[in-house]
Amino acid sequence: MKLQKASSFALYAVLELAGNPANQLSGTEIADKYGISAHHLAKVLRDLGRAGIVEAARGVGGGYRLAANAKRLTLLDVIQIFEPIGPQGAAEDDPELATDAGCALRMVLDELDDHALATFRSITISTMLKLMARRPWAGSPRYAKPSRKAASRR
Amino acid sequence: MTTPITFGKVRSIHIRPAVNSDLLGLIALDEEVTGLAKRKYWKETFARYGARRRLPRFFLVAEHRGRIEGFIIGEVRAWEFGEPPCGWIFAVQVRPKTRLKGIGTQLFKTLGDAFRRAGVEKVRTMMARDNHLVLSFFRSQGMMAGPFIELEAALD
Repeated sequence: MKLQKASSFALYAVLELAGNPANQLSGTEIADKYGISAHHLAKVLRDLGRAGIVEAARGVGGGYRLAANAKRLTLLDVIQIFEPIGPQGAAEDDPELATDAGCALRMVLDELDDHALATFRSITISTMLKLMARRPWAGSPRYAKPSRKAASRR
Repeated sequence: MTTPITFGKVRSIHIRPAVNSDLLGLIALDEEVTGLAKRKYWKETFARYGARRRLPRFFLVAEHRGRIEGFIIGEVRAWEFGEPPCGWIFAVQVRPKTRLKGIGTQLFKTLGDAFRRAGVEKVRTMMARDNHLVLSFFRSQGMMAGPFIELEAALD
């Protein structure tokens, strides 16, 4: 499964701010750390601000800080600002529902969506920070760092 | 979305095996949470999992100032499908007013220690996927999806 870029960028920003509660961080600082577009991240941060998840501090040395409670804020709260998650329901005239094969396929896809929804809803930002500290992926080839060239294509 | 809240830790919490005299407190706590008084159920559960059991079954309570604030129940199960035995948690509850103060975490850790002493290396549980509260709690304790998928079918 892959998230849209905006959702991933939003989660990077929220995790970065939640992990540094004493500091305000600029969008550029966060973008530099993750090697992502500062312009795109600025738009994402504005959306997060409108949702009350982050707030901007004005003046010299201004930046962003987390406004939400990391123990309550879930991955789903952040992601669904940028993209729909979970079973979307088919339109009445969806040809998929006109056949048994289409309905069966929809049922299987809904099962996957239900699991994704439950997973994103059950993991808070605070839990993510604990997971990052534990690093259970260390040493797993599945999570090996990409080469610089591959990373720069993001 | 909620505004930031400061969470304090409940100190002087005593985690210990449940004893007979805890039964009334446990029934009351469960009734407070679920709205149902299940006396018979708790008596039977205590008989199966309560103190002085020889089997690797654990019924732990969190006591604070003489009152039961939470409990956790688990046992070592011989897991099928070629897996070694594991710890299995099938109930956890903390009084709503004292949640988010570390009581559930202390119960979970103490049960984990008991499982480890019983010789198992993994702990598992299962719950409805719309049980957001308990699911989030177990996630916060580091639990992730395991290698199994739960399946069911209606028996025609």
